[in-house]
This record gives sequence, structure tokens and C-alpha cells, in this order.
Amino acid sequence: MTDTSARQTLTGRSYNWRVVDIVVAALIAVAGGVIFWAWSQGANLISAPVNAFYPPLTGLYAGGWMIPAVLGMLIIRKPGAALFCETVAATGELIMGSQYGTTVLISGVLQGLGAELVFAAFMYKKFNLPVSLLAGAGAGLFCGLNDSFLPWGWNIAYAGGDKLAYIIFTAISGAVIAGGLSWLATRGLARTGVLSSFASRKAATEPVFS
Amino acid sequence: MRQELTLRGNHAVLTRANPLAKFAAVMLVTMVLALSIDWVSASVALTFELALLPLAGLTVGLLWQRGWPLILAAALGGWSTTILAPDSGSILLDARIWSISEGSLELGLGFMLRGLAIALPAVLLMSCTDPTDLADALAQKAKLPHRFVLGTLAAMRLVGLMAEEWQTIGMARRARGVGSHGNPLQRLRATLGQSFGLLVQAVRRASRLAVTMEARGFGDAPRTWARKSAFSGLDAWVFLGGLLIAGAAVASALAAGTWNMVFLARQ
Amino acid sequence: MPADHGVRPATVTARGWGWRHAGRPRPAVSGLDLDIRPGERVLLLGPSGAGKSTLLHALAGVLGDSSAGAAGSAPADAEDADETGSLLIDGAPPRAQRGRAGLMQQDPETQVVLSRLGDDVAFGAENLTVPPADIWMRVAEALEDVGLGRLPLDHPTSSLSGGQKQRLALAGILAMRPGLILLDEPTANLDPAGVLEVRDAVGRCLAKTGATLVVVEHRVSIWKDLVDRIVVLQPGSATHSAVLIDGPPDRVLAQARDMLTAAGVWVPGYVPQTRPRGTRTGTPAAGPGGAASAGQLLLAAEDLAVSRERPRRAGLRGGFRPVPPEPVQSAITAQVRAGEALTITGPNGSGKSTFALTLAGLLAPVSGRVSATLDLSAGAGIDPYKWKAQQLIARIGTVFQEPEHQFVTGRVLDELMFGPRHLGRGGDRVDELLERLRLTELVDANPYTLSGGEKRRLSVATVLAAHPRVLVLDEPTFGQDANTWAELASFLSELLDDGTAVVSVTHDAEFSQVLGGTELSLRAPEHREPEGLEPGREEGKIKAS
Ligand SMILES: Nc1ncnc2c1ncn2[C@@H]1O[C@H](COP(=O)(O)OP(=O)(O)OP(=O)(O)O)[C@@H](O)[C@H]1O
Ligand SMILES: Nc1ncnc2c1ncn2[C@@H]1O[C@H](COP(=O)(O)OP(=O)(O)OP(=O)(O)O)[C@@H](O)[C@H]1O
Ligand SMILES: [Mg+2]
Ligand SMILES: [Mg+2]
Repeated sequence: MTDTSARQTLTGRSYNWRVVDIVVAALIAVAGGVIFWAWSQGANLISAPVNAFYPPLTGLYAGGWMIPAVLGMLIIRKPGAALFCETVAATGELIMGSQYGTTVLISGVLQGLGAELVFAAFMYKKFNLPVSLLAGAGAGLFCGLNDSFLPWGWNIAYAGGDKLAYIIFTAISGAVIAGGLSWLATRGLARTGVLSSFASRKAATEPVFS
Repeated sequence: MRQELTLRGNHAVLTRANPLAKFAAVMLVTMVLALSIDWVSASVALTFELALLPLAGLTVGLLWQRGWPLILAAALGGWSTTILAPDSGSILLDARIWSISEGSLELGLGFMLRGLAIALPAVLLMSCTDPTDLADALAQKAKLPHRFVLGTLAAMRLVGLMAEEWQTIGMARRARGVGSHGNPLQRLRATLGQSFGLLVQAVRRASRLAVTMEARGFGDAPRTWARKSAFSGLDAWVFLGGLLIAGAAVASALAAGTWNMVFLARQ
Repeated sequence: MPADHGVRPATVTARGWGWRHAGRPRPAVSGLDLDIRPGERVLLLGPSGAGKSTLLHALAGVLGDSSAGAAGSAPADAEDADETGSLLIDGAPPRAQRGRAGLMQQDPETQVVLSRLGDDVAFGAENLTVPPADIWMRVAEALEDVGLGRLPLDHPTSSLSGGQKQRLALAGILAMRPGLILLDEPTANLDPAGVLEVRDAVGRCLAKTGATLVVVEHRVSIWKDLVDRIVVLQPGSATHSAVLIDGPPDRVLAQARDMLTAAGVWVPGYVPQTRPRGTRTGTPAAGPGGAASAGQLLLAAEDLAVSRERPRRAGLRGGFRPVPPEPVQSAITAQVRAGEALTITGPNGSGKSTFALTLAGLLAPVSGRVSATLDLSAGAGIDPYKWKAQQLIARIGTVFQEPEHQFVTGRVLDELMFGPRHLGRGGDRVDELLERLRLTELVDANPYTLSGGEKRRLSVATVLAAHPRVLVLDEPTFGQDANTWAELASFLSELLDDGTAVVSVTHDAEFSQVLGGTELSLRAPEHREPEGLEPGREEGKIKAS
């Protein structure tokens, strides 16, 4: 009995995007861009010495760029949300001025895809902490791969070992910063009541692991 | 901050070209440059790009004002490549994990120039393209779904507002006794709190904006476009220009013998 | 005449209509029976939380989930939104006829969709598949009607003032040629001149098109002469009907005056009773500087120039030196004294908030200086901007224009205890504040989920809990019903008598009258357009009273 009603809720919840889903997703991506821009003011100070010391360590704060992918999906909970948010975030970065030129769009699409694939693997039904961490790691993995192996990647000329180190760092950073923080932020947002018209409105009381 | 998403006052030639044509040209140059790390192709492209600044309504001074952080970042990218790329040729400096050789120095220099040559056209593109025109072109010419394109465009308009909001939330929290002073951990906590405040505000604003749009009949149904996005003769020239820059960069690098495909990079 | 403009005034019929928001235990509106005839102009009143906005949203067809109903699946979740009865426009559900009704919400910033003036007005018409050639005709006409016809079509919408933004939103609605115009507090946040501007624009458009109007506003006097019916809603309940009072303005105002004032409605000619100044009751406030004596100078601004923008870094050529921003106001001189009120007035965008924030030590001055007397600083240094956050809150408390910006915890009680706890004090004043500002019932609620009036009161209370000797309030009375207004004004007058200095930014003349003291009125900002620059024109302050 409970089983069928639960299924009904799921099918009843349409996978169609509403206007509010689109605008909120886009603005989350944009706000994520603003937050990261503000954060990187401080990060720049750290980045210079790190870069001089052992550049792959910079992968450790790449996670900030991937927050929109995970956060967008955790809030909207519709297929494509991770991909869409990350692409919009990259577009925003392009408009504000990016040192990566138009290749930032490709990075955005790939990072979004990394997170999207993880959520898809769970059939868009699970949005708990482990899945968030995995999705963040997925985005980080794709980010590391993009930076290390595609022609426009900034680390394309690194030696093999350094590339591997960099990819591991981005995946960890993606899991912790993009996955963990987004999960916490979603719970916090749900508690404030601003998510009342989204599928995630009860995120604050959902179990952590199942 | 409030005005950054409009081009008012810029009447340069390139502002009249279709954004898709400009985008295609920039993409073409970017991809070709991405294929090789060498200083010749990068500097040729860079020279052409600098020559095009006036067509986009930019001057070197303006570019420096807007772009100096990017230029510093490109230099840093070159540095990390210099110390981390596999060595070749005579070793100039060796300190455990750091090492600089002739080969890695050349690679680093090429990398830095290439980075600039990739970043510059994007700055050029955005300074002569109004996001509204870009959205029009994406929805009408590239046939992307209009709900997504216009929804995103409307959200983008709030970027400047969000940046102001960030500042206001910072002040409001100081007025409550949450300073951004103290040890790094306290600062991190303060920043996270401020970010959260911004997110709450973003979701609220966006929800209200969505209601505004729906109340004006925005939705799935087909719509008309008050301004047609069209291609003109200018666009053919823009695309040809991109082709020319890309071609010149490759040809000169091949002629100079420095062409260095990334996948087959000298080890 | 209506036929000229292709506008067919709409009819509204509600029969036992009700709506419960998702996740809410009680309906926002229930048992609503209402008929509005074509061309009728209705002023909708009611206390905060009565469901006025909910009704307008329903009429605009934007309430709830647009795709949920499409599949025909009933909501299986008790937490989902719930509709009862029927609400029809011209006999059909509002959702099925987008474009019949045009809705204007309260926040001007989210009324603007696109970044160019012309595009924004055209947006609605495009969605209704009006042929492109007609759209530009409609756009020009709508802009003319609201008095924005002189601006170029590519004028950036971000550089419009608050009042202009409201008129722009109205133009966007008019270009859709709706039969029903819905305005939700269209003049909140505007200065008195802006209020009249918007009201008159609405009046002109109605005269021209004959459309039906439903407008929500707390203050009756603005709309009294334009509407021909007043409807007062009361909060949803199962037992009585949603409509409390219904009738022509004159009759309602004459016969139901007491009912209206009891419900907190601002009736023309009625100023709520407040505590008179100068009847000292409590013990004098004890700040870090000890007991206050009235009239003592606490804080002074000298030749101050203010701006929200921070100095830019000049590039290499400027030696990365900071370049000061263009100030919004300059040459401001003001003094803040213990036990005295200072009121800052001026049109929208004149820099009132910016000045208040600078005075409160939150923004760095562009030039000139803000200095605290020894009496106030008590060892913290002369410049409030340099104080640590904790030193600041014990000396100067600031209440922001938007309360939500200031919430830092997830619970009302924690929010109130936050300041005292940071100062290492007990919350001795907290219980009294809860009581006085009617927040006792809400101690466990999340601050973000409160209603507008409650949020405002909470943000005032949180600042007071830290015992500041100077209080800076930005638009403390905006959006308040008359009852809350009276409570707040009385409370502040008591604080004044106890020696606290109160600086308030307000458009509300009655409020500043209750507090007394000096008024600093800022002049309208120059219109700084990219073209036609007039550098160095004199800006400044006028000191009155
Ligand atoms: N999206 C929403 N989700 C949940 N509850 C809501 C939502 N919008 C409004 N409510 C609740 O519904 C009730 C009626 O709200 P509504 O905004 O219609 O009141 P109002 O009469 O417009 O009040 P005000 O004068 O303060 O604007 C309130 O209790 C409010 O908290
Ligand atoms: N956060 C911000 N960043 C940059 N500029 C701002 C910001 N907020 C306001 N401004 C600009 O600063 C000027 C003064 O704004 P301010 O908010 O001080 O005016 P105000 O007198 O308080 O107006 P209102 O009555 O609308 O509250 C305006 O031109 C406004 O556009
Ligand atoms: Mg309301
Ligand atoms: Mg203000």
C-alpha cells in the first residue's frame, strides 16, 4: 500500500522543468559564480605560493567551481540540472572575464556531466550525503581529466605523475567542497523555507545515508 | 557593477555582427591554438587579436584595466608548466621536484602566450556582444529551447545585483557582531555564513522573478520575437577573419618548424 | 473606447475558493465568495497574512505547480498545495488563459525581466504571440502611457530609479492588453512623489482601457479616489467567510472605520495612538560609557561624502593605487546626540541608506569623516569603521532596510541571544523585548519563515538586545500595519527618553513627527547618464528644523 503511494508520488512529480526551476537553477549557478569570485580573492593569495611550490595542489580548491552542479541538482532534482547549472556557471564566468577563454564552456559542460552521471546512476531518486559526495567527486574527476588530457587543459604539459596527483586532488576537492558543502547548504536552505515549491523542500529532515 | 551587462555607448563595427558568427570565429581560433603549444602560432594569433581591438570598441588601456588579473593568471600557468613539464635539453635549474630545462622553459613560454591568445578573443567577444543579442541568436538561430535561454538570460541580469547583495550581507552581519576578522578558521566560517545568506537571497529573488515571467505569459507555448536575429554580410567577414587568424597561426608555426601538437608533445 | 485598444474588461467569480500552500497546515484563503464586474476597480485590504497576495497570484494563474495538474495525477502527498472551490476569470480557470490578467508584484527589482527598456516591455506581448510589427507599436504606446516615453528603447533597465522600475513593470503589463490588472503593493518603498507618479499612471491607463483593477495596499488614502469598491479579507478559517467587509469606499470608511482600524488598516486621517515623548519611565540605558545624559554628543559626521562602491584598484599605470568612487552624496554634516532623534529623508536613490551605513561604521567614507566622541567610543578609537564587530554592536546598532540580510541563526530565540552572547553578557533584556515586540509565541520559529511585519520587529529586537547607545534604523515602518507601527513608535520614544540616540531613515512623516528631533533631508541625486556628464555640479545637504 505504502509502496504504491510512494510510486505515485514519484511519477506524479513531473520531470518537466517549470519556469521557476529554470530561473532558480540559473540564479544558483550565477550566485555560485559570485561566491566563488569573492572566495578566490582570498584564494589568490594562497594560490601564488602553492603554484610556486607544487602546482598540482591547486587542484585542492578546484571544488569551488563545481558547487553549482551538485547544489543545483540537490535543489531542483530534475534530470539535467547538474549539467545545466554548471554550463550556466561557466557562461557567467565567461561573461565576467575568464583566463580560460571560451574553453571554460567545455570545462563547464564536462564537470556538469561528471556530476550528472552519478545522479543518473541513482535514477535521480537518491540525494543523500554519499550520493552528493560521489557526484562532487565525479565532477572533480572530469575536471581533472579535462585539465590534464584535453588540448586546452592547463596541465596538459605536466608529467604523468603530476597529472595523476592533480586528478586525485580535484576529485577529493570536488567531493568535499562541491559535494559536502552543497549537501549542507541544501539542508540549510530547506530549513529556511525558501525551497517550499521544490521537490527538495523536505531535505532538512531526510535521512543522511539512505 | 550595475551596468556591466549592457553595451550602451559602444558603437564599434563588431557590435553589429551576429553573436553566433562571432562565437564561431572565436571558437575556431581557440581550438586551433589549443592543438599546439608553441610560441610562434600563439604570438601570431595574439598580434592579430590585438590589431582587432578597435573593431570591438576596445583600447589597450581598457583591456589592461579589465584584464590584468587574467594576464597575471596566464603568466602563472606558464610558470607551473615550466617547472613541471618533463625536461629536455640542458637543465637550467634543478631543485628536487622543481626543474627548469631549456625544453620546459620553451614549453612554459609557449604555454603562457597560448593562454593569452586563448583568453583575449573571449574578452573581445564579450565586450562587443550584448547577452540579450546572444540569447536571441541562441533561441532563434541555434534553436535552443527558448524557456531555458530566456530564463537564464533573466537570471544573468541579476548578477550585478548579487554582487551588491554580497557586500550588503557582509555589512549586515558585521552589524550583528559577526566580523570577518580573527583567525583563518573564524574567517572561513564568516565567509561560509555570508555565502549561505547570499544563496537564500538568490533563491527568493529567482522564485519571484519566475512568477513575474509566468505572469507575463512566459511558458512552453511558441512565442514571437520582437527583434529578429539575422545573419548579414558582416557575419561572413567575421567568420572569414577567424579562419584567417587560425590559418595564419598554423601556417607560420609550420613554416618556423615550431608546431608542436599537444598529443604528440616532445617528451 | 475600450474597443479602440482591444481590451475586454474581465469578470472575476469566486465560489467557496480556498488555497493552502505546500507544507502549511492552514489554508491561506478559504471560503472566498466574490464577484467582480467588468471594469470594476477594487482595493483589497486586510492584515498581514490574510492571503491578499495569494489571491492575486491565483488570479494571475501563477499559483502552484503548472506541470503537476497536466498529467492528471492527483497529489498523493498531504504536504502538497491544495485548492478548494472555484475561481474563474470570464468563466474559465485563470491558468488556462495566460495574458488575460497582468500582475505586478511588490519587489521592483524582480519586476524587471530583461536588461533593455524596450525588450522588457515587449516580453509579455512576445509570449502572447503578438506579431512583431504590432509589438513595437504597443511598446511605444505603453511607455508613453506610464510616462517613460522619453527614454530610448535601449535604455538599461538597471539604471532606472525605484519609481521608474514600478512604472516600467506597469508598461510591461499594459503591452499585454490584459482585461484584469492586478497590483500587489505597487507603491511600497517609493518616496511620496513616486507614489503619486505610479498611482496617476495607473489612473490614466484605466481611463483609457477600461480594464478591471484589483489593487492591494496597506494605506487606503492613496487609492481611495481611484477605486469604486473596497474589499477587506481576513485570514483563512473554516468557520467564517474570507471577506470581512465589502462595499463602496465612502460607505466602508464611514461605517466600518472601527473594524478597519482594529484590523490595523491605515484609514485616511487616522494616526494610531503612540506614547508621547518626554515621559521618562525606566532606568537610563547603561552603555559602555556609563549612564547617558541627554543632549550629549555621541557621533558626528563632518563634510562626509558617501558611496556604496569601494575604491577600484588602478592598474599598473596607476601603481595599483586605489581610485575613490564617485560619491552619491557629499558635504554632509550631522550630529547624533544622546536622547535625540535624527531623521534622514529624501527621494529614492538620494543616498539615505548609504549615508546611514557610513554613519554606523559599516561603510568607509569616500571623504570627510565620522568620529565617535570619547563618551561613545569608550576606548575603542575614534573611527567606528575601524572598530571590531563586537565593539561596534555594543555602541551602534543598525537595522537594515531588508531584515533578511541580518539573520544569522535558524531560530528566533538564538537570534535574540546572539548579540548578548557574543558580548559575554546574559540575555537580561531578551524576555522584555520578546514581550514588547510580540514575538513570544515565535521563539522556536525560523526567522526566515516569519511574515514581513514579524521579520521587521525581530530585526529591531536583535539589535536592541545588545544595548547599543546609538540606534540606526533604515525604513523601520515600511510595510507595517497600523498596530505594529504604533507599537514600534512607542517603543522607540521610550528608548529616546532613556538616553539612546535614534537615527532613522524614513519616508514616513508621521513617524518622524512622533520621534521629534532634527531632520536631515538629502537632495535628489544628479542623473548621472553616460552622456551629458556634468561634473562638479553642487550636491549637498540641507539642514532643517
Ligand atoms: N509560497 C508560500 N509557501 C508557503 N506559505 C506561503 C507562501 N506564500 C504565502 N504563504 C503563507 O500564506 C499566508 C498568506 O500569505 P499572503 O502572502 O497571501 O498574505 P498577504 O495578505 O499578502 O500578507 P502581506 O500583507 O504581509 O503581504 C501567510 O501565512 C503566508 O506565510
Ligand atoms: N549595493 C549597492 N552597490 C552599488 N550601488 C548601490 C547599491 N545600493 C544602492 N546603490 C546606488 O547608490 C545610490 C544611493 O542608494 P541608497 O540605497 O543609499 O538610496 P536611498 O536614498 O536609501 O534610496 P531608497 O529610498 O530607495 O532606499 C543609488 O544611486 C543606488 O543606485
Ligand atoms: Mg502580500
Ligand atoms: Mg534606502
